[in-house]
Amino acid sequence: MIEITDLIKTFDGNRVLNGVNLTISDNVLMAIIGKSGGGKSVLLKHLIGLLKPDSGKILVDGTDITTLGQRDMDKVREHLGVLFQGGALFDSINVYDNVAFPLREKTKLSEAEINDRVVQALNDVGLKGVEMKFPAEVSGGMRKRVALARTLITEPRIVFFDEPTTGLDPIILSSIHRLIMTTHKKHGFTGVIISHEIPEIFDVADRIAMLHEGVIVETGTPDEIRNSSNPIVAQFISGGLEGPIAAV
Amino acid sequence: MLNIVRKLGAWALSTLRKMGDMLIFLTNAVYFAFVPPFKFRLLLKQIRFFGNKSMVVILLTGSFAGMVLALQLYYTLRKFGSDALLGPAIALSLIRELGPVLAALMVTGRAGSALTAEIGIMRISEQIDALSSMALNPFRYLIVPNLAAAVIVFPLLTAIFDVIGIFGGYVVAVDLLGMSGGTYFSQMEVFVDMKDIRMGLYKSLSFGLIVAWICCYKGFNTGYGAEGVSKSTTEAVVTSSVLILIWDYFMGSILL
Ligand SMILES: Nc1ncnc2c1ncn2[C@@H]1O[C@H](COP(=O)(O)OP(=O)(O)OP(=O)(O)O)[C@@H](O)[C@H]1O
Ligand SMILES: [Mg+2]
Repeated sequence: MIEITDLIKTFDGNRVLNGVNLTISDNVLMAIIGKSGGGKSVLLKHLIGLLKPDSGKILVDGTDITTLGQRDMDKVREHLGVLFQGGALFDSINVYDNVAFPLREKTKLSEAEINDRVVQALNDVGLKGVEMKFPAEVSGGMRKRVALARTLITEPRIVFFDEPTTGLDPIILSSIHRLIMTTHKKHGFTGVIISHEIPEIFDVADRIAMLHEGVIVETGTPDEIRNSSNPIVAQFISGGLEGPIAAV
Repeated sequence: MLNIVRKLGAWALSTLRKMGDMLIFLTNAVYFAFVPPFKFRLLLKQIRFFGNKSMVVILLTGSFAGMVLALQLYYTLRKFGSDALLGPAIALSLIRELGPVLAALMVTGRAGSALTAEIGIMRISEQIDALSSMALNPFRYLIVPNLAAAVIVFPLLTAIFDVIGIFGGYVVAVDLLGMSGGTYFSQMEVFVDMKDIRMGLYKSLSFGLIVAWICCYKGFNTGYGAEGVSKSTTEAVVTSSVLILIWDYFMGSILL
C-alpha cells in the first residue's frame, strides 16, 4: 500500500507538485494521466526516493520513505522495479547483460538460471536476436522493451512504469499492455503506470488518477473517469482544445 | 557599494558550499573504496580505460618533452661548462616535476574529459538513477573504480612518460649534440636519488586522486541535457588542470 499525503515539491520557484494526495492499494494497477510537463515523472521519482519533497509524506507499507536514510531506503528499493521514461539502459553493456544485470547483482542465481530467465524475459517482450547488441544499436522502441524486461525480471512487489509504451507502434503497444496485465495477474504486484495512451490505458489499469497543476484532480475506475463530470478530466481524455486546460 | 558586498558574500557562500559538496563526495567515495563488496571487474575495466585512452598521447608528449629538455638544458649547461650533467638534469626535471605534471595534464585532457562525459551522460539518461533504484550504490559502481584506477594508472603512465622522455633526451643529446652515450647515463645514476623518484611517485599518486575526483564529481553532478554535459566536461578539465599545478607547488614546497 502506498499513501501519498500533501506532497509538495518546488524547483527554483517552479511549484511542480502542489499537495498531491493519492492512495494506491495493494495489488492495484494505478494509471496516472496528465499533461506533458505536469510533474508525473517528478512524482514517480519521489516514490522511489530519488527526490525529496519540500513537505508531505509517502508511506510505503506504513513507513514514511521521505525521511529514510540511504540504507533504509535501499531496503525498500529491494522490492521495487522501475521503468524509467528513457529506459535508462546501461549503454556500456549489451542488451543481454542489461537484462541480466539485476539478477547478477542482486541474486545468487547461477549463470545458467540467469540465462533461462533472461531469454524468457526478452521473449516475453518480443525481442529475439538482439542480445549481443548494445543499447545504442537498437531502435528506441526496442530499448523501451529491453528496459521493461529488465524491470520485470526480478519479479518486484511494486512496479513503476514511466510511459512504458510511448513511441511504440500500435501492435507492440497492445502486446506490452497485455504483458503488463498478464504479469500483474501472475505476480500480483502493486503498479503505477504513467501513460498518455488514452483510451488504451483504460483497459489495462484498475484505477486511474489524473494529475493536473500539481494536484490529483480525480481518481476512479476507468469507467468513472470515462464518464467524469469534471471538465478538466473530460477535456483531457477527449483531447479537446476548448476547456479549462489551455492548449498551446 | 552594499550591492557589491552582497554579491561577494553570495559568491563566497556558493563557493564554500560547492567545496563542501566536493569534499563530501570524496569522503563518500573513499568510504566505499574500503567497504566491501568491491567491484574488481569494473576496476580492471577502468584501468584499461585510462591506459588505453592515454598511452599514445603519453608516448608522444613524453618523447618530445625529453627532446626539448635536452636542447634547452644543453644550451644552459654549456654556458657553465657543465654539459656533462645533461643526463641527470633531464632525468631530474622529468622525474621530479615535468613527468608527473605533464602526464597528469595529458591524461586529464584525454581520459579525464571522456570520463566526465561518460558519467554525465549516465546522469542525464537516468542510468545513475536506475542504479539507485535497484538499491545499488552508484559510488561503488561508478566512482570507486575510477578513483582506484586513476591512483594505480597515473604513477604507471608517469613512469612511462619519464622513461620515454629520458630516451628522447638521449636521442637529441647523443645523435644531435654529439654527447657520449655513456656519460649521459652514468651521470644519471650518480645524481638521481630514491628521494627524487619517491617525490615523483607521490605527486603522480595525488594527481591521480585529484583528476579522478574532480572528473567524477563534475560528471556525477551534471546539469540538464547535452549542454550540461559539455559544460561539466570543460569545467572538469579546467579545474583538474588548475588543481594539478597548485597541488604540484604545494607538494614541491613540502617535499623539497
Ligand atoms: N531535477 C529537476 N530540476 C528542476 N526542474 C525539474 C526537474 N525535474 C523536473 N523538473 C521540472 O518539473 C516539471 C515536470 O516535469 P516531469 O518530467 O515530471 O513532467 P511529466 O509530467 O513527466 O511530463 P511528460 O509527460 O512529458 O514526461 C517540468 O517543468 C520540469 O522542467
Ligand atoms: Mg515524464
